[in-house]
Amino acid sequence: MSAVVVENLTIRYGDFVAVNDVSFQAEFGEVTAILGPNGAGKTSTIETCEGYRAPTIGSVQVLQKNPFTDRTAVHSEVGVMLQEGGVYPSARVFETITQYCALYNRGVDPATLLAAVDLESKASSTWRRLSGGEKQRMLLALALAARPRVAFLDEPTSGVDINGRDAIRFIINDLAANGTAVVLATHELDEAERLAQRVVFFHQGKIVANAPLAIMRSAQHELRFSSSPALNVQELSAHIGLQVAIIQDHYVVRFENADSAFSSELVQRVSTWLNDKQLPLNNLSIGAQRLEDIFRNLTGGTQ
Amino acid sequence: MTALTTQLQAEMNVVRRNGEQLLVTLGIPLLLLGFFSVVDVLPTNEKDPVNFLVPGILALAVMSTSMVSLGIATGFERNYLVLKRLAATPLGTTRLIAAKTLSIAVVEAVQMILLISLGFLLGWSPQQANWLLALCAVVLGTFAFAGIGLFLAGNLRGEVNLAATNGLYLVLLLIGGIVFPLDKLPGALSAISRCLPTSALSDVLRDALMSAGEHTTSSWIVLVVWAIAAPLLAAKTFKWN
Repeated sequence: MSAVVVENLTIRYGDFVAVNDVSFQAEFGEVTAILGPNGAGKTSTIETCEGYRAPTIGSVQVLQKNPFTDRTAVHSEVGVMLQEGGVYPSARVFETITQYCALYNRGVDPATLLAAVDLESKASSTWRRLSGGEKQRMLLALALAARPRVAFLDEPTSGVDINGRDAIRFIINDLAANGTAVVLATHELDEAERLAQRVVFFHQGKIVANAPLAIMRSAQHELRFSSSPALNVQELSAHIGLQVAIIQDHYVVRFENADSAFSSELVQRVSTWLNDKQLPLNNLSIGAQRLEDIFRNLTGGTQ
Repeated sequence: MTALTTQLQAEMNVVRRNGEQLLVTLGIPLLLLGFFSVVDVLPTNEKDPVNFLVPGILALAVMSTSMVSLGIATGFERNYLVLKRLAATPLGTTRLIAAKTLSIAVVEAVQMILLISLGFLLGWSPQQANWLLALCAVVLGTFAFAGIGLFLAGNLRGEVNLAATNGLYLVLLLIGGIVFPLDKLPGALSAISRCLPTSALSDVLRDALMSAGEHTTSSWIVLVVWAIAAPLLAAKTFKWN
């Protein structure tokens, strides 16, 4: 049984349709990334799963319960990390973590949790004195206080420095490894690429792709390189028999054949052609596409 | 520790840390009682102003705690998404409101002890005091003012709510029969003032503690109406985030 089941969900605010007939599932022991640009409908969907609002149309089940009508039961086993805020500025770190551990009453030791999010040195600091990364880790700690079977994390690494991101990634991976269903909403595709087993792409309120990350990435491969602006794209496309595109100062060739012999031959043909034309070949890479590119393909280049 | 006591402790921490709120809830009523009891400048119609002031200042204390302190704290909690985050815990609305109510009760109990003690020190002499009736009035007043405070907190941004609540506090202090008797106000203003919860609470407290209520029956009616209508309005219009 899936941890989260969203079926034909539509959310309207007056005449505005924020989420339009979306369906997906999140499984225990996996990180499911809800991806998309700001305003794509991610937060509206997550907040409906958290029980903050009822669906306009469709249904949401979390742990086989309706999160809007069965709030207390759902919230007892679900950890929530808001996109921002949620703590009084004068509240102290350890005191707040202790409060949430007591509210959830799931046997989580506040001192252990404080250490897990690496905030021991900030135990007596107030919320207002924490850095952006420390605030995110504290919000994550409040979600972990639930010893959650399902964790909804909204932009958990937003505004966090590199070290802080590592700490947050470690905790999220650990959560999933211990069987928690982690639903992660983010517009940072790199972050999802590092964490998620399944990705659900939102675009203008609709889901444009929903698949395991490995399958989604293996479906599309690309050769990417940089060279002179004088490179004749049509001529190279004709030479290799594949379309060459220009994306952010790079020449990109997309192909579906993941066979290594094919890849080697493609590199050989491109490099030979460039050499014949006395054009440089720089920053060559070949392999599975990045999520960012997949998303651009799916949405026609808009983000 | 239960969820209720955990949340009560958190509410008390917020009260304790907000110095400006404590000043309004504890400092200003004590200051007004002490100052105007010693400096006889108010037209109180009483030989000893402290006898007029104590019931009114008790009403002011109820308003300070349940409208100003609760309203401002709740408004900022809403602004900082504290309420939204708490809504995603097993605490639930009922226990959240219960914790807030209990925190008000604790602060009001401290206020009453301090103000009544100061009143006695300044020579206050209750006349045929009915303490149970006074307690009923305080409970009704708490409901009325909490309703007003939460109505403002649930509909205005934190900073706007802060200004509006403090402004309303000042208006009710001046025309609510706390320091100035209503019959000293201009006719139309006096009539309006009699419909305010502050005037009604002051009047029924004067009746309960001093046997000196002026329009006791109508004041009880006004107080009960506010005690029912204001929380209902707040509940109907409150926006959690």
